[in-house]
Amino acid sequence: MSTFWRKSVDARTAVLYLLPSIILFSVFIFYPMFRTIYLSFFLTDQNGNAAINVGFENYQYLLSSSEFINSTKATVLFVLYTVPIGIVLALFFALLANEKLKGIGFFRTMYSSTMGISVAASSVIWLFMFNPSIGMFNRLLSVFSLPQIQWLLDPEWALLSVAISTIWMNLGFSFLIILGGLQNIDEHLYESSRIDGAGYFYRLRRITLPMLSPTLFFIITISLINAFQTFGQIDILTKGGPSQSTNLIVYSIYREAFINYQFGTASAQAVVLFVIILIVTILQFKLVEKKVHYQ
Amino acid sequence: MKRVELIDVSKSYDKQVDVISNINVTIEPGEFFVLVGPSGCGKSTMLRMIAGLEEITGGTLKIGDKVANNLTPDKRDLSMVFQNYALYPHLSVQQNITFGLDVKRMKKEEQRRKAKEVAAMLGLSDYLDRKPRELSGGQRQRVALARSIVSETPICLMDEPLSNLDAKLRAHMRSEIRRIQRQLGITMIYVTHDQVEAMTMGDRIMILHEGKIQQVGKPIDIYNYPANPFVATFIGSPPMNLAKAEFDKATSELVLGGEIRLPVPMDESGKLPTTTMTVGIRPENLYPVTPETKAEDIFHTTVTNVEILGNETVFSFTIGEEEWMAKWSGQWHIDIGDQLPVRMEFESISIFDGQSGELLKRTVDHGNYVTTKEVQA
Repeated sequence: MSTFWRKSVDARTAVLYLLPSIILFSVFIFYPMFRTIYLSFFLTDQNGNAAINVGFENYQYLLSSSEFINSTKATVLFVLYTVPIGIVLALFFALLANEKLKGIGFFRTMYSSTMGISVAASSVIWLFMFNPSIGMFNRLLSVFSLPQIQWLLDPEWALLSVAISTIWMNLGFSFLIILGGLQNIDEHLYESSRIDGAGYFYRLRRITLPMLSPTLFFIITISLINAFQTFGQIDILTKGGPSQSTNLIVYSIYREAFINYQFGTASAQAVVLFVIILIVTILQFKLVEKKVHYQ
Repeated sequence: MKRVELIDVSKSYDKQVDVISNINVTIEPGEFFVLVGPSGCGKSTMLRMIAGLEEITGGTLKIGDKVANNLTPDKRDLSMVFQNYALYPHLSVQQNITFGLDVKRMKKEEQRRKAKEVAAMLGLSDYLDRKPRELSGGQRQRVALARSIVSETPICLMDEPLSNLDAKLRAHMRSEIRRIQRQLGITMIYVTHDQVEAMTMGDRIMILHEGKIQQVGKPIDIYNYPANPFVATFIGSPPMNLAKAEFDKATSELVLGGEIRLPVPMDESGKLPTTTMTVGIRPENLYPVTPETKAEDIFHTTVTNVEILGNETVFSFTIGEEEWMAKWSGQWHIDIGDQLPVRMEFESISIFDGQSGELLKRTVDHGNYVTTKEVQA
């Protein structure tokens, strides 16, 4: 026994060093995670305590529920609307802001400023802009005598409207990360290619994008995960409506748990979302990362 | 092969202070021209101006016989090797070499053939599929060189290409670059802060200091006849010894640093100014005393430091306020604190004007000739 005690001295020291993060992770990540998985197999009472073990019934219910399938569809659509456009826009602005021009610092600040605004605050601003009677967008449309749009009230438009505001909110962060990536590229590479006579788009294709690929990969991964987890702007702009068209999974989880007090099905949804994000991220690492060039 | 001509070229970033001014020089076709100077002297800026990476704010740059001030870099018909090589890390060695050819839409097959040819010339054939990060410093340097050779431009610019290599590799690449330049007959403009590189590689060298030309000429002429004290101390290792000096008319002697009195030959004394001068002498022209030495050529020193380099011995001592060094060939058993007689001859000293620094008196030609006659006799 004493030899084991002595032999494990390194391991014990290591655990001691890891203890603070083990405690923090356990309290805030591991426990909630396992609790969620546990709850997803139960029906719960109003306080969220496990009441009846129903096995996989919660999952079966979800997969046959048109509401949940609708949520999943809306979420996937939302991801497709926001991520590609958001990143292309951020890349475009970052390329512009990376040029050496007078007063470019001002534009860099402006483009990244949305990072400093909370989701709640910016959602309220967009709420005003989307307002059908006093909002800026409908005013603009009327100036050009175009038909008015019920931005957040029309089921056809609501998801798109939320997507537009989300793209705007996330632009600052993506912009900043991509600009950082651009500035990390050795200036001499461009000088050397200029001597060879490479034009702007040739340089973009053969130097900038490959050199930027680790940054792009990072920002795509983060953006995808963020988009799947969108909640704040839905809660403020549409509350999942109209007619469920913006009821994204996370919002649906929230409603299920804290409005309908169905913690079991809510947990099951959370687990499904977790699996979806996990699969998407794994796919990304498997398929896309091969094209990424690390230094 | 093309001529590069700079006429009154200057550069300023804020339109007030010139960082480079009054550059007038013609670089002949096929010449190996070295720009040398301490860091911050503007040599890299000048090279970048020739390359078209920096704007020329004054004067004219001619490449071939065309004014090139406003030409874009790719229209100037030149290639450039950067200090950090600027290799594309995501491309293979072959793609790196053919990057410029691909820009010019050369056929893939032709590109491959040329890359192979150049790779063979530089011993890179086995590495064509590797990424730059899988190469050693010397190999990366060769890739950068290959990229510039494959473009077949008549002018090649190099910005401190050897400064990231270790001493042995540097010496090897020095001769390699020189060999390739001769073989292809390229006009080479080469920037370095290393005076050894400048001396050994250049057909002609130009010494820059604070944005101004100090001297242009053959390396050996610059070594023998430096135009001013700056050049005298910059070229040569250890540097030329300098001391403030005055001419004592009464005894017809030069007084160096208030200590050493050196007799001036009758025919020379008339040419010396009466104001203060700076006298310089190369460490190898301070000789040990032999029985034939004339007493008036000897002065006595106290040794402050000794370095024995195997085939030669360098020791230092103080003259006035300056530290001087002497270089004697062979191994000498000298200790710090020793009193040592040293021989100095008037004919080996250089004299610069105390104010303008202009060279007033040259040294005699110390060069030796190999005469076959003597050997036969």
